[in-house]
Amino acid sequence: MSSRQASVPSLSLENVAVIRGNRLVLDSLSVSARAGDVIWIRGVNGCGKSTLLRLVAGLLTVTSGTIHSEGHMALADENMALDANMTVKAALRFWADMDGASADARDAALTAMDLQNLVHIPVSFLSTGQRKRASIARVLASNADIWLMDEPYNGLDSASCARLDQAIIARASSGGIVLVAAHQPPSINVAMSLILDSQGVAA
Amino acid sequence: MMSFIALVAREVRLAWTGGGLWLPVVFYLAVATLFPFVTGPDKALLARTGGGILWIAALLATLLPIERLILPDRQSGVLDQLALRGWSDELVATAKIAGQIVAFALPLLLATIVGSALIGLPEAQLGTLLLGLALALPALSGLSVMIAALTAGLSGASALGGLLLVPITIPLLIFGAGTLAEDPGNAMQLLAATSLAITALSPFAAGAALRAGRT
Repeated sequence: MSSRQASVPSLSLENVAVIRGNRLVLDSLSVSARAGDVIWIRGVNGCGKSTLLRLVAGLLTVTSGTIHSEGHMALADENMALDANMTVKAALRFWADMDGASADARDAALTAMDLQNLVHIPVSFLSTGQRKRASIARVLASNADIWLMDEPYNGLDSASCARLDQAIIARASSGGIVLVAAHQPPSINVAMSLILDSQGVAA
Repeated sequence: MMSFIALVAREVRLAWTGGGLWLPVVFYLAVATLFPFVTGPDKALLARTGGGILWIAALLATLLPIERLILPDRQSGVLDQLALRGWSDELVATAKIAGQIVAFALPLLLATIVGSALIGLPEAQLGTLLLGLALALPALSGLSVMIAALTAGLSGASALGGLLLVPITIPLLIFGAGTLAEDPGNAMQLLAATSLAITALSPFAAGAALRAGRT
């Protein structure tokens, strides 16, 4: 479904507000990102971090304000989107084929998240951390310009956290944009640390 | 186009591994097996009513895969991932309907040959029955995806699905049963027209329901 164009990825949100279920989740939020930026979104539970990522992904619509983005996106949120009764390899292959990713890109993603020993195991047998790694590998293999990662560090052991740090740094330094929503402070150099308060306003 | 085929193939695979393929077939054949016990071994009566019973069984079998068509994909994030990649909801619905035609409609048609033998339908009627069902089953596949999209995540989705399906399928059932009469010509044309309209509209209805259900 996708035709890849070689444009420089960019992302800008202007004065974005969202009302969900009669509640103002985000208000007067403006963010812009250029190629190479890592944006770290923090805030208390329920402040609208996930909503923000889903807005950028185009899965939700803004109540007011505008969002403009250039480049293909990949999303890793709490839903793994890998078929439970398939092997890790086959499940990742499904999305890699959708994204037109090469076999090399798939293998590189598996290696980057240390999944080589798990490729023949059905997805349903994976542990929480392994599931998270598989869903991050899906993003890595997609070759997308903009990565949207919702709490990607949750459930990961320290070695896997370091691997994820490396992957994010590599994506940003090769001209991508990475948005990370996390409750902990950034473990890598970030272009911007966006802290949302409980009203969904950038503090 | 390759992605579309991959999504249809995924639907068929999920039906095959998740029981969605066999459940309707087993239900359909169970009705065909049990019906003669109710009417008794009256060959003439079975020949007259058997075709109609298979029609009703096919309509009700449509309801069986509904719960696994949309809800698991919404919960696992597959629908989000497709939307993120620029798939329109209508196209996703079309792929799911195409998957249903392969994984639900075709097995049911094959089961009709067995079912009609169990009931003892005259051979002349088998051809008409197969043609009628072949015309109607794409519409039933479309309806199953549409109803699955509408009811995904609602409590009592199965009961609601039944309530939604019955009124929409009444025209199909009337014309379908009409084809079993002496001269099936007119009823077959009306059945084809009704089925075409339902099949063509269902991706749009299902797509709208998928969009509305995204939170």
